[in-house]
Amino acid sequence: MRLNPFSRRTSKVVDQYGAPGSGDATIINIVTIVVILGSWWLVTHLELIRPLFLPSPEQVISKFNKIACTAHYYESFLTFLGIMSEVEAECEGFSEHALHQHILWSLYRVFLSFFLAVITAVPIGIAMGMNRIARGVFDPPIEFYRPIPPLAYLPLTIIWFGIGESGKIFLIYLACFAPIAINARAGVRSVSIEQIHAAYSMGATRQQVVWQVVIKAALPEILTGMRVAIAFGWTTLVAAEMVAAKAGIGVMVLNAARFLATDIVFLGIVVIGAVAFVFDLMMRKIEKALVPWKGKV
Amino acid sequence: MSTIISLSHIGMEFPSLDGTGSVEALNDVSIDFLENEFVVALGASGCGKTTLLNVIAGFLRPTSGEILHKGAPVTGPGHDRGVVFQKHALFPWMNVVENTEFGLKLQKVGKEERRDAARANLGLVGLTDFENYPIYQLSGGMQQRVGLARALTCNPEMLLMDEPLGALDAFTRETMQELILNVWRQTQKVVFFITHSVEEALFMATRLIVMSPRPGRITHEYKLEFYRRFFESGDARAVKSSPEFIKMREEVLSIIYGEEVGEQMP
Repeated sequence: MRLNPFSRRTSKVVDQYGAPGSGDATIINIVTIVVILGSWWLVTHLELIRPLFLPSPEQVISKFNKIACTAHYYESFLTFLGIMSEVEAECEGFSEHALHQHILWSLYRVFLSFFLAVITAVPIGIAMGMNRIARGVFDPPIEFYRPIPPLAYLPLTIIWFGIGESGKIFLIYLACFAPIAINARAGVRSVSIEQIHAAYSMGATRQQVVWQVVIKAALPEILTGMRVAIAFGWTTLVAAEMVAAKAGIGVMVLNAARFLATDIVFLGIVVIGAVAFVFDLMMRKIEKALVPWKGKV
Repeated sequence: MSTIISLSHIGMEFPSLDGTGSVEALNDVSIDFLENEFVVALGASGCGKTTLLNVIAGFLRPTSGEILHKGAPVTGPGHDRGVVFQKHALFPWMNVVENTEFGLKLQKVGKEERRDAARANLGLVGLTDFENYPIYQLSGGMQQRVGLARALTCNPEMLLMDEPLGALDAFTRETMQELILNVWRQTQKVVFFITHSVEEALFMATRLIVMSPRPGRITHEYKLEFYRRFFESGDARAVKSSPEFIKMREEVLSIIYGEEVGEQMP
């Protein structure tokens, strides 16, 4: 009975009567996913839509095997174990790179930009929260550029940095910077005045209050900012890679679209989504490890 | 008995909310805190109790008057005056023992030494078995006990307690009253304790000051010995239900209640 998502039973005893949205939705999630994948399989196999517009799931999977060079690496592994004597399958890839190379290039760009954003935006955000002058200086530029879509200033980064790596890094850096700085600034305010008073009444100096109380109290919000930033940076990446990149998951999708290789476009979209999902999972794990008290006080 | 903290003619004015004038939070308050005293301040909301505590703690600078700690002027907060807050104000990123030793860490005391001091004080408040617990897994009463142990670990001469039991349920509150009295007896600190509860004030105080609002000032002062009966008998309920206690309670209540009624009549 409990497994039946369409059960007409009212809430379980432990649920609060009338609490909005209570109950577990995992089974319904799975049903939704199965329905979507099933309809995809069905409409492509009934040939209701031409493969140019919607390739079948099998087509996407075989493209994945081809671009990821699954056979090549599988045979290399067998050779390594001594089961096979020679690697026969070739590694074709797409746009002169295998799938993992595209992904690694994209990850490199996102993580480098993200790292640069963290080491600059956290101190600036905290300074803005702590200090009138820092807030006065940094507030106007950040609040001005923050709502502008990165695509709007993409042409400017090309004029400034050319079409090399630095322009791409700069674009993603800007995308990551604002959410981290703004959250770090807000985090400073999450320290209670009693906590600050307590530290002073135990003989803390102003510096000790900043380093050992304010920054620690701001940590949960800094991590929230980082979580938003890495998602935003990943979103911006595809735009950044549209400018003369040789490899990268964004450029892979773009090139595939030029050749009307819809299956590769699909594959790219799935990979972009999967990586974003892994990022979020990773940030949640980090949050749990670093700020276990979040939301509990 | 020697004077630890001495306040003379303290006045405190805040700008009023509409910005036109000022509100007198404290008016000519003079009081000496003697060695090993347990002074309780009682009064309706807005009578300046917390302002007075903040002045003694050094969080607020009075607009007039003088505050001396053993003859030297108090200019700001310091570890000679420990504070316990109504909301515990503990640090959730540290566990119980790390919170307790934090003051000594700030003062660069070695790890072994400060751990020992923290453990001793956790023992005093009955939390020996909880030293590795995260703060957010403790009950409200336990959190306040950590707050007390933390303040004690800095070894202050004076403990300032701003309604430390205000947020607790009635049962925990009574247990905590007894615990605080026992800690006070063992540590011999000067205590300044704020409360809304007349019963709590009478039970715990060696000296009770009753304050009244607009402007905040001390209107009555009593020497009390009910705590002594508790130390002798160990039976808090018996002390609180004795005829003398009830008579005193009614007297203090009528003072506070009388003032409130008096104010409503022009």
